Amino acid sequence: MTARIERPLSPHLQTYRWTLTLAMSIIHRGTGIALYFGTLLLAWWLIAAATGPTAYANVQAFTGSLIGKLIVFGYTWSLMHHLFSGIRHLVWDLGYGFKANEREALTWGALIAGISATVLVWIIAYAVGGGR
Amino acid sequence: MSGPSSMRTPLARVRNLGSSHSGTKDFWRQRLTAVAQVLLIVPVIIVVIMLLGRNHAGAAQILGSIPIAVILLLFIIASTWHMKIGMQIVIEDYVHNEKLKIAGVMANNFFCVAVALASIYAILKLSSGV
Repeated sequence: MTARIERPLSPHLQTYRWTLTLAMSIIHRGTGIALYFGTLLLAWWLIAAATGPTAYANVQAFTGSLIGKLIVFGYTWSLMHHLFSGIRHLVWDLGYGFKANEREALTWGALIAGISATVLVWIIAYAVGGGR
Repeated sequence: MSGPSSMRTPLARVRNLGSSHSGTKDFWRQRLTAVAQVLLIVPVIIVVIMLLGRNHAGAAQILGSIPIAVILLLFIIASTWHMKIGMQIVIEDYVHNEKLKIAGVMANNFFCVAVALASIYAILKLSSGV
């Protein structure tokens, strides 16, 4: 009888050594799921604009509240992170960036770009929209 | 049938005959809608920033302009399509009960179509100035 080799048959988080690319893979899915439900906010905002002043004021009251701002900030980061992480995937789809150093650089780059873009968008938003 | 079957390449014979009977269409559309959103994200952010701090009348006027409506319509179509495919992959990966999986995929389709249609209707209504 041959000895049975124990090995994972399908990806299980517990069996893999934690790496940056593994964490980023999970975050890419997580931000995707967050954006999926976050789209409701965009739809609500558009419907309110098409409905009238009262409905629009309700959306503004929500997005202006602390919890609303936190959700919109989280949505912005999810969008920016998913964007840059997604561009990284498109680079891989084209067959580039598979060497260890390239892979790490792309992944760090996407992580940093997502955070930087989020902060930049909010600074611009406050600079432009804050005065109105 | 067009021509003798021996002229058909192996790829032509298997095309559209995968387990989902749709081959790699979703893979392609996921990338197509991803690239579309990469191109649209900067204009969309500019539109959102233009609207910040404005009252309803100001916002409705901006949203009703043709170029802005078109940018938002394209973004909504690309993003809802992208999220429909993405969520279906998540459901297929983690929901192993066949009936639950079918229900999940159906609910996902309903959700994405409803969000897309509601948003598109809102933009068209704003554009028509009613």
